[in-house]
Amino acid sequence: MTPEQLEQIASEETAARARNPRRLSVCMAAGCISSNSDAVKKALERAVAGGPLKDACPVTGVGCMGLCSRGPLVSTEPAGVLYQNVTPEDAGEIVGAVSGPAVERLQCSRELPFFKRQVGVVLENSGQINPERIEDYLAAKGYAALVQALTEMRPAEVIEQVSRSGLRGRGGAGYPTGLKWSTVAKARAETRYVICNADEGDPGAFMDRSVLESDPQRVLEGMIIAGYAVGASRGYIYVRAEYPLAIARLNTAIRQAKHLGLLGSQIGNTEFAFDIELRLGAGAFVCGEETALIASIEGGRGTPRPRPPYPAQAGLFGAPTLINNVETFANIPPIIRNGGDWYAAMGTQRSKGTKVFALTGKINCTGLIEVPMGMSLREIIFEVGGGVPEGRKFKAVQTGGPSGGCIPEQFLDMPVDYDSLAQAGSIMGSGGMIVMDDSSCMVDVAKYFMEFCMSESCGKCIPCRAGTAQMYDLLAKICEGRAALDDLAMLEDLCDMVKNTSLCGLGQSAPNPVLSTLRYFRDEYLAHIQEKKCPAGVCACGMKQEAGS
Amino acid sequence: MTPAVSDVKTLQIDGIDVSAQADQTILDAAREKGLSIPTLCHLDGLGDVGACRLCLVEIKGTSKLLPACVTRVEEGMEVTTQSERLLKYRRMTLELLFAERNHVCSVCVANGHCDLQVLGQAHGLTHVQFPYRYPKLPMDASHDRFVVDHNRCVLCTRCVRVCDEVEGAHTWDVMSRGIGSMVITDLHQPWGESDTCTSCGKCVQVCPTGALFEKGKARLVAKSRDFLPYLAMMREGK
Amino acid sequence: MPPTLGKASPPSEDKRWKIVAATMRRHGFSRNALIETLHTVQQSFGFLDRPSLEYVAQSLRVPLSKAFGVATFYHFFSLKPPGDHTCVICLGTACYIKGAPQLLAEVEQSLGIKQGETTADGHVSVLTARCVGSCSLAPVALFDSEVAPRLNAVEMRGRLARWMPS
Repeated sequence: MTPEQLEQIASEETAARARNPRRLSVCMAAGCISSNSDAVKKALERAVAGGPLKDACPVTGVGCMGLCSRGPLVSTEPAGVLYQNVTPEDAGEIVGAVSGPAVERLQCSRELPFFKRQVGVVLENSGQINPERIEDYLAAKGYAALVQALTEMRPAEVIEQVSRSGLRGRGGAGYPTGLKWSTVAKARAETRYVICNADEGDPGAFMDRSVLESDPQRVLEGMIIAGYAVGASRGYIYVRAEYPLAIARLNTAIRQAKHLGLLGSQIGNTEFAFDIELRLGAGAFVCGEETALIASIEGGRGTPRPRPPYPAQAGLFGAPTLINNVETFANIPPIIRNGGDWYAAMGTQRSKGTKVFALTGKINCTGLIEVPMGMSLREIIFEVGGGVPEGRKFKAVQTGGPSGGCIPEQFLDMPVDYDSLAQAGSIMGSGGMIVMDDSSCMVDVAKYFMEFCMSESCGKCIPCRAGTAQMYDLLAKICEGRAALDDLAMLEDLCDMVKNTSLCGLGQSAPNPVLSTLRYFRDEYLAHIQEKKCPAGVCACGMKQEAGS
Repeated sequence: MTPAVSDVKTLQIDGIDVSAQADQTILDAAREKGLSIPTLCHLDGLGDVGACRLCLVEIKGTSKLLPACVTRVEEGMEVTTQSERLLKYRRMTLELLFAERNHVCSVCVANGHCDLQVLGQAHGLTHVQFPYRYPKLPMDASHDRFVVDHNRCVLCTRCVRVCDEVEGAHTWDVMSRGIGSMVITDLHQPWGESDTCTSCGKCVQVCPTGALFEKGKARLVAKSRDFLPYLAMMREGK
Repeated sequence: MPPTLGKASPPSEDKRWKIVAATMRRHGFSRNALIETLHTVQQSFGFLDRPSLEYVAQSLRVPLSKAFGVATFYHFFSLKPPGDHTCVICLGTACYIKGAPQLLAEVEQSLGIKQGETTADGHVSVLTARCVGSCSLAPVALFDSEVAPRLNAVEMRGRLARWMPS
């Protein structure tokens, strides 16, 4: 299909929208579906069909609107009213109010800091478009960046814009995306591959899931642009099998993109060819590591191998391979459309752009947010997130999943970016933020993550395989009030050893949750050890005291 | 065959000038010069996996420790193979292994011919600081000639690699993951029922401990592994 | 019986093997398709057993031990048949700090089985998940794949009771 034909589809879609601006959008992302939004949508459809707005007010399923804790969410157009906690019984009232005053009882203010403080780049279409219709995406400037790249830019110019944007990998480590792209582009080889890492494994993180469920075409577009830039003609999306809705929407998106000639040969009527296939993960956290992910796509056990050679030199099937995660690819179309400088104007000196976070735990507004890099933790948690519920006291926020750490109150005014989080003993990670109040025991949290790393360790290298098991046993001993101070010293020794000698990132970062809680909450460890007491009252300390020291 | 000048790299290992071919690893270069770096999963003639982490070395200008068995030499590299930190980590790695399963040398068939035992002695290991885990693992004596005792296994995967790379049978592999990993034959069937095992015994010869041994020998004789580099050389010459 | 070279035949006449064969064909019987094929087997039969692993391994020319190694590496694959109903307790961080351990203890106690087990009558299996990505509705559990948000012990018992034969 030519660029002109694509543009025509987009303008027809926009025109149809203008002719009939009335519309009801129901959030059909996983969060709201769990809150019964499916039934709400059906009830709204029935209410529309049985009333004066019959055939004049489409009811569409859209992607994540962000404020999952108040789902199911419904928004109306043209008034732009947002309704929260909607039940099927509310349908008649909502439909009746489409052209009149809003139903106040259900209204959720768009003036909430939760919405006002957000900046939509990755999530610009999320909650706005129907993720199962490519026409919706095209009408929202979708594939304009791809057409622009293919028809007006050389591959090197595409990479130049990505470099200028300052975008860093959103999967965790924060490697400069432009540099990664140019390394793959420069590798001497006939075949190259592009892989999208959608094996979102951090517990407490669902950013990638939301993007895939809400705007899957954006991820495809980012990958196709990457394929053009690095000279690859095949891409793989490695997605968790635990995300059936995301998988279904990706399959639909790929089919529709193929149908419009945006995947396959002669994309946009040019000589460029690119295809994308899905590969399902099977429940192994370690497959987030690049070399393990590659081993898994090749059909084997997901065990990492020593690097170098890096995947950019020798990756999938031995060919140079570009691996970025979902959010990284989702940033690409707006960067190409608006230019790298536009993106670099947002954020901090060394962390550009915006970042999507999943706010969960002991926080009032749980859900998905996108904010500029550099916003402080206090603003994110207490303004956007609405603070800690039930009048309890904030204790720590956990970022970076099992590879990250717990950040205490004294760092709340720190701007959130890659470097400051690392300085505070945690990492940016993929964007999960789990807020904990004074009812959480930090030793118990450390034990939780060590159990995670122990059972997710692939078992290949000794420090990670046997070291995490020993560390877990020590943490359990501390929690049960059976430990002595020597055990704490041994735990710290093991942290140092496992961090420095493990083969891959999983093992190297497995001690982080322990190290950060030891750094900021050492008194809690000591209370368990010396007083046989759990200050938060979580651990059953002293219950088995007679068995130990 | 003399390599071109550009294919030769000069570097320093523990302060000693060493020259090596560009495709050689730090381990190769060090051993040629008579410098010893401890290894366990590495075996000449088998593909390297960099898993045991005993051969980690320090390289000036790099914050990360790198495994000597898979890291290629580079011009001007300054390698330290023996530092207090490295020795401490190596001792801890060995202690973790000794504590992971059951390695009581006095009752082991490999006593006196065990790579793990030799490494422990070389590192002055007199006791293990970590609690012994002693998982109760099975022993499989269903094969006519050989026995596998998982309690002695260190998961170095030498058996898996020799069976796959040299014998070409791929009878062995690793099942599960993490601390629960275990080497298996075929579909986790008794070794004696394996359809793919050729009973060549190579796995037994390369096993560093008493995990794989020959039946009917109360005390194991030294294992013979010279065939590996020889086979590798013959194949290259083909 | 020695492994047959070339064409392997499915373990039974069951029509679902055609779906499995279709997956392998779509990937040109490439060795790389091992995990994709195991997904299809598990989706079709609910679990992987020895005959199915043998069939897939031989069809794709993958060593038996490798197929077993892969099947046991990934937690998504199960080598035991699941119960008629499955209750999955999410143990993600958000669920954990909001009481998932208590939910797990509750379900284990009321069914008399541990996680990863199935009741003796084969009626209910209890599993845990690393994180199902529904963190904003924590704590959650999946009852036959349906997400139950903000779960508590009382509701949990109610949900389980619905599965019990009346």
